[in-house]
Amino acid sequence: MLIAFLVLAATAQSLDFARFHLLGSQLPPLDQGVVFLLFFLGFGVKAGIVPLHIWLPDAHPVAPSNVSALMSGIVIKTGIYGMARVFFDFFGPPPLWTGTVVLAIGVASALLGVLYALMEHDLKRLLAYHSIENIGIILMGFGAALVFRALGHGNLAAVALVAGLYHTFNHATFKGLLFLGAGSVLQGTGTRNMEHMGGLIRRMPATALFFLVGSVAISGLPPLNGFVSEWLTYQALLAGFGSTESLTRMMFPIAGALLALTAALAAACFVKAFGIPFLALPRSEAAAAAKEAPVSMRIGMGILAAGCVALGLGATWFVRLFDPITSQALGLRVSSSLVAANGLAMAAGTGRGGTVSTAGIAVLGLALGGVVAILVMLRSRGARRVSGPTWDCGLPGLTADNQYTATAFSKPLRMIFSALYRPRREIQAEYEVSPYYPTAIRFESDIEPAFEKHFYDPLQRSILELARRMRGIQAGSIHAYLAYIFVTLILLLLFGVRG
Amino acid sequence: MQLLLLLAISPLISGLIKTLKARMQTRRGPGVLQFYRDLYKLFRKGMVIPDTASWIFTAAPYVVFVTTAMAGLMLPMTSTEAPLGLFGGVLAIVYLLGLGRFFLALAGMDTGSSFGGLGSSREMTISALAEPAMMLAVFTVAIAANSTNLSEVARSAVGQNWRFFAPAQMLACAALYVVLIAETGRIPVDNPATHLELTMVHEAMILEYSGPHLALIEWAASMKQLVLMTLLVNVFWPFGLASGPSVAGALGGLGWLLLKLGLLSCSIVLVETTNAKLRLFRVPEMLSVAFTLGTLALVSTFLF
Repeated sequence: MLIAFLVLAATAQSLDFARFHLLGSQLPPLDQGVVFLLFFLGFGVKAGIVPLHIWLPDAHPVAPSNVSALMSGIVIKTGIYGMARVFFDFFGPPPLWTGTVVLAIGVASALLGVLYALMEHDLKRLLAYHSIENIGIILMGFGAALVFRALGHGNLAAVALVAGLYHTFNHATFKGLLFLGAGSVLQGTGTRNMEHMGGLIRRMPATALFFLVGSVAISGLPPLNGFVSEWLTYQALLAGFGSTESLTRMMFPIAGALLALTAALAAACFVKAFGIPFLALPRSEAAAAAKEAPVSMRIGMGILAAGCVALGLGATWFVRLFDPITSQALGLRVSSSLVAANGLAMAAGTGRGGTVSTAGIAVLGLALGGVVAILVMLRSRGARRVSGPTWDCGLPGLTADNQYTATAFSKPLRMIFSALYRPRREIQAEYEVSPYYPTAIRFESDIEPAFEKHFYDPLQRSILELARRMRGIQAGSIHAYLAYIFVTLILLLLFGVRG
Repeated sequence: MQLLLLLAISPLISGLIKTLKARMQTRRGPGVLQFYRDLYKLFRKGMVIPDTASWIFTAAPYVVFVTTAMAGLMLPMTSTEAPLGLFGGVLAIVYLLGLGRFFLALAGMDTGSSFGGLGSSREMTISALAEPAMMLAVFTVAIAANSTNLSEVARSAVGQNWRFFAPAQMLACAALYVVLIAETGRIPVDNPATHLELTMVHEAMILEYSGPHLALIEWAASMKQLVLMTLLVNVFWPFGLASGPSVAGALGGLGWLLLKLGLLSCSIVLVETTNAKLRLFRVPEMLSVAFTLGTLALVSTFLF
């Protein structure tokens, strides 16, 4: 990243960002590509794109939860900000492959992020993996915008850019909310492991409600904010198919389908992340004795939850905020084409593209729900409504041990995607009379961290190997060092004479 | 209007499928109207609510019912104009059904029984894998119509009735058909008639529901089936869709709709009768076939 900045600075003769505007395009094509990739990798590490993400799930959870909220809300967004600035401000219309690379990395980050999140039972690590997923979704918007820009579709590029930026905002809101929720759960129960929680909705009703709002939002379900930006991303990707005649257009619908897979897996993951800790019976004494978060934390979560609702329902108002950005980057304002029916509905921004109204869905949904509830109440008036124990197959007493665990919940997906996870399991049973009556069973299961094992470990080993060989020249002998200095001096002199 | 239509004919289609299936298996089976009687009875019954459950359990039936009904309103049923076309198109339908499923899965976990968790886990897994195939099929038609709004899709399809024989349309239709089977919980993915613990998916999630709540869920499941079936028939065979709001057009459209749904029901019954239920871990293979079909559909729009 530093190298890339230096290249740009050398061309601009300045370190002032204002002078960098559109500067990238003045470089020769090869340099452009190199500078672009250097920036992408540099900011990518910060944003946590796959395969540069491995620090993120380790770093975010160990911070106090309010700091984690800031880290995933703001800190990784500096990477996104840097990319937006570089891609759309420093460079003019980029070569086509840059957008394709960004889109592909976006898809990979989104999918792998959510797949690893599914296997995680530490609430905060799970959320950290979801940050990777959401960065991926943002990059899908950015990548599409770059491709459109390369193809000369300014309008579509602006729509895709708005989709990416809107998702950036949304992610900051719901992820902040979820981390704060995880924080109050941590404070209430003293554990981050979901398998030791359960039934918290009774003990911590406010936290549960807010966490539910965040879960619905991050799963991209209507009418909350995650849905709006994912919908915009779909529209941008769909419009992409018509934007070019070449085979590259196949990547848009495929990316769209993988976005659908990502969103659906995220929903599955948040059924787990909400259902296991908050619903049914407590799985440990700590969870049974959990205390609701203090008022200050509840207020914080309340504000962010309200933000999720507002960004969802008021989408047609919020898209106007992106006009200055798109007009600076692309010289276009698209918010008016994204709003239909006098601000009632969002439009796709491309001709007849399609509309959606989150506010309409919410209002109508509440109205219909009310009517149905009243009708049901009238119809079943006088009928008995009793509370009874859950069906326990006739065995006496249902306990928390009978409940599905987080591991069990994600088991089908672990089996289906076993090529990626390479799960390992170990069962040890001890028995006295017959193997059918074990006295104790120990079960262990984990998944292989593929990136660490197949990418970073070889890298680390080769660096260590290189370092070991280098050690040979660092013999500690002063004569040798003097010789090195002398040779270097001669070489520099020769270089100077020739130059 | 369409809301009433949706509420009224969804139990009919479910009843029809049940009866036809029984006849195929040389049983007499319940009458076509049995589903109405079931609903009527359930709404008058009392309820037992598990004492482990929270407000999620009570709220879920309403959420499922309302989201499914709204999804149905975004769909052109008898005419090309969907009542709620402005509020959302096919993406909104998929995601509204997703919202309902989200709450139902939570409700399954809320009971504290292992069946609930089992059902939720399987339901979310299967639907997650069905989603990309569904999207690809939907994209194929959306790209042909240049819109995700289903009224637009239907308008562009009307008048090209034989478009179905284009390779892209046939492949997308096949993909959506597989998704339909998976999403409505039919054999070979799930068996709506079983309560055997090893094979339940949808039934396991709703095992603890009773009375009016169960009625709402069953009705919503039947509406969801109708919504997906109508999506399939009206997008791929837009025969008889009225193009404007007129009584004659609406009646004609209704006739055609029932005919098409009837035919689709027959094919579903055939599939259900001639196939055995798949093992849960074979289901992904079936869905990846659907995904491949969807991809091929897109590639062939490119080629032809």
